[in-house]
Amino acid sequence: MNIPLPDLTPIIPEIIMSIVTCALLTVEVFVKDKTKDFLGIICIGTALAVMYMIPMSQGVTFGGMFISDGYSSYFKFIFLISLILTILISFKFIQREDAEFGEYYSLLMFATAGMMIMASSADLILLYLGLELMALSTYILAGIKRHDTRSNEAALKYFLLGAFSSAILLFGISLTYGLTTSTNIYQIAEHLKQGETSITLLIAMIMIICAFAFKIASAPFHMWAPDVYQGAPTSVTAFFSVGPKAAGFAVIGRVFFIAFESLQMDWTAILIGLAILTMAVGNILAIVQTNMKRMLAYSSIAHAGYALLGIIAGTTEGLNAVMTYLLIYAFMNMGAFAIVILLEKGENIKDYNGLSKSHPLVAAMMLVFMFSLTGIPPTAGFIGKFNIFMAAINAGYTWVVVVAVCFSAISAYYYMRIVMNMFMKPMEAEAKIYPNPANGAALLISLLMVFIIGIMPSVVIGYTFQMFM
Amino acid sequence: MLPQIIFGYFAIVTIVLSLVIITRKNPVHSVLWMLVLFFHIAAIYLFLNAEFIAAVQVILYAGAVLVLFLFVIMMLNLKEELSSERFIGEWPIGVALGLSILLFIFFSIAKLAPGPLGKFTIELIQKETHTKAIGKVLYTEYILPFEVASLILLIAIVGAMVLAKKRT
Amino acid sequence: MNFNEIFGTFGLQSTSFLFQLLIVLVKIAVVIAITMLHVAYATYFERKVIGHMQVRVGPMRVGPHGLLQPIADGVKLFFKEDIIPSNADRTVFQIAPLVAVFATLSSLAVIPFYDIFYIANINVGILYIFAMSSLGAYSLIMSGWASNSKYSFLGGLRSTAQVVSYEIAMAFSLVSIMLMAGSMNLIEIVQAQQQYWYGMYLIPQFVAYIVFLIAMLAETNRTPFDLPEAESELVAGYFVEYSGMRFALFFLGEYIGMIVMSSLAVVCFWGGWTVPPILLKFIPQLAIVPGIVWFILKVYFHIFLFYWIRATLPRYRYDKLMALGWKILIPVALANLVVTSIIKYIY
Repeated sequence: MNIPLPDLTPIIPEIIMSIVTCALLTVEVFVKDKTKDFLGIICIGTALAVMYMIPMSQGVTFGGMFISDGYSSYFKFIFLISLILTILISFKFIQREDAEFGEYYSLLMFATAGMMIMASSADLILLYLGLELMALSTYILAGIKRHDTRSNEAALKYFLLGAFSSAILLFGISLTYGLTTSTNIYQIAEHLKQGETSITLLIAMIMIICAFAFKIASAPFHMWAPDVYQGAPTSVTAFFSVGPKAAGFAVIGRVFFIAFESLQMDWTAILIGLAILTMAVGNILAIVQTNMKRMLAYSSIAHAGYALLGIIAGTTEGLNAVMTYLLIYAFMNMGAFAIVILLEKGENIKDYNGLSKSHPLVAAMMLVFMFSLTGIPPTAGFIGKFNIFMAAINAGYTWVVVVAVCFSAISAYYYMRIVMNMFMKPMEAEAKIYPNPANGAALLISLLMVFIIGIMPSVVIGYTFQMFM
Repeated sequence: MLPQIIFGYFAIVTIVLSLVIITRKNPVHSVLWMLVLFFHIAAIYLFLNAEFIAAVQVILYAGAVLVLFLFVIMMLNLKEELSSERFIGEWPIGVALGLSILLFIFFSIAKLAPGPLGKFTIELIQKETHTKAIGKVLYTEYILPFEVASLILLIAIVGAMVLAKKRT
Repeated sequence: MNFNEIFGTFGLQSTSFLFQLLIVLVKIAVVIAITMLHVAYATYFERKVIGHMQVRVGPMRVGPHGLLQPIADGVKLFFKEDIIPSNADRTVFQIAPLVAVFATLSSLAVIPFYDIFYIANINVGILYIFAMSSLGAYSLIMSGWASNSKYSFLGGLRSTAQVVSYEIAMAFSLVSIMLMAGSMNLIEIVQAQQQYWYGMYLIPQFVAYIVFLIAMLAETNRTPFDLPEAESELVAGYFVEYSGMRFALFFLGEYIGMIVMSSLAVVCFWGGWTVPPILLKFIPQLAIVPGIVWFILKVYFHIFLFYWIRATLPRYRYDKLMALGWKILIPVALANLVVTSIIKYIY
């Protein structure tokens, strides 16, 4: 009995990621504690190799279940960037945090592999499995400081709520399957084009939206985010705020633009509500935070709200704007987290008082990232927001954009407060920093990208699109 | 007629048992009722000619998962457990939600379309045995989800070890 | 076993259905009667065998050479008072021994004693036996917990952990048999072994057989893996609070479990009721002996093996037991599985 092997070319990146990770798990046992950084270097090398391979491995395989196209490739590029930056900022940090297990890197790799599968899946079953692959790794990563009660709390909360959202997603998927007799996204789309819509279908779709909204931490499914972001080790938080979020957007784009295309009116209406609520909750609650990581958690919620505008636009332009936005967001958010990690005590917002006196360079970099998160030119954040808002206006959602701009103005308050603390407040105690080459490299990459994209957006964005799409 | 009666028995008992499970005060009894429930579910699988799944249902759920449940529950302080309330204060909302979902399913069943017939008819499955049929589908059509699922299980093991390892 | 088929014809040909039902019932009665009798005398044999191995004579008083001893034991246990501890969970306490007997007795349903004598011929025979033996763990944990005693609770926990761990190794060792035979039907497994001149999987699957044997001892909680009832530490383990008939039921469960596991070993590794073709070729007269005799001989060999090991080996330490299961048996069984599938793929 010979089973014909399916065409493996499109899935080579995922295969390499999985194999290297499994090998890492084995090698890790034999590696001495002091040389564990070397595992991280292998991960970065693999990520770079995979990034190089992605444009070459295009196609559809496994009976239409797995699809590797420009869309998925671009998202995979974002995931890999966030993986590399996360590993760079983790090197010395996880030693400091007493969380240096070889499994740390393996779990990051597995989570990334899960995201890559999510971005590429054209079948709801595979999508669900990819999501679980990512989610399970992130639950463990959140609790990897296992003697820290906050970390345990983060892992438990994330796990319980995540399991709940998975259940809702499965319920939605099975209803969709019952109505359309297929789990393939393209076949669902075809089936839905013929049939009329029903309440059942709407409820199925709402369930799927709920589950995805949980993954991108969109209100009212954001409750887990602040606690998890605060409890998890900062490097893991940085990863959470970029990777899983981008993966969530990747599947939202695929499922709603293709499978539920004929229901666009309905999901746009729902998403507008979600987006406005998300921006409101994220921006308003961020103001009252005193903990830096919680503040960044709410800020990431708010950013999910902005990015949703691109989906709401419902056009290719909107989708492209979302992708660009997520790429930019990856750089600026990772940069901000790299600074938090650089400081010995970066958790409390008060710790930043007078930072410019003791470490002017660090303060200046933080200033750039804060400006970028606010969306002030000439930083990349401005370009990202501008693209998204333009796409939404072109699609005719001007009033939503007006609301978004208002919230964006509110957001300036809490970002600028950090800047004010750093530059205008007197220094309380000299902050101690832990500089190391890897973290420096991450900062440098983020900083450069924030400026380059900010100043010459068309060059960089055009190049990445050309590369991957 | 007889098949309907027997199926009816299993279906009704499954529902009744699920209610019994969530209303027991003693968690150990809940788990033991769940064991009975799993056997009834396995019998329903037999009705669908899915003997492999029926056996695996008992081996995995009854034999492994539930035993681990029991392990954890038996370590609880039972006296405390018995004196505490079985349901949290918001249970009426839960019941209302559950009933509305039930109604929703009830009304949407009519809308569900029967899927396209696969190539494995009942006759073919009986001839080839259910295990072989499942194996063939799993290793050809659904090989990718199958492999991803195995990665997920691997992570679960790794996670259990990472989170439970001794402090060094 | 197909419900639809059996009951679909019920309305039309009720006579034939009832007839079949009758036959099955008679078969069940025969199997249960023989098994019960066997269990009674298995205890006698055990005491005799171990006695002689340890240069004692074993039971001698009741009847000639103590032959009526098991009957006397049975009568004593039957008439003893059934004591239930006052703080025990009554229902669970009472059900636990029944589960023990039910789990092992129902496994007998699929064992092919002879090519024309079996109660049920189902396609997932091996899985069915696994399912039932995993159910057996519940009797241990239920009795251990319900007795409300430290000793029995510890015994229950130990045995459950042990049974769950060794089940994996056992399953993996049998998966390679399934691969060789291409079936999970026990009768087909026996028939598949006939195509080799040696007529049994024992030879190509020697590694799997060793793993199976060790796992079999652990599954039935026999020495050297009888930690659940380790007398010196736990008094008697999970059934320390039981007395009278319920105590006897646990015993019954354990001994039927031994028969089931031995039969499984015989069916999967020793060619069941068949004789190796090479032997038949040289001594054609062997064909006259009915298959059931071979089956029983092979089963008794395994049961003797149980006694032999009990008389020879000391008890394992608990952590060693777990280490053996997880770090040696499972990897060995897995490696064997990989090698088997590679060889199977090549041929």
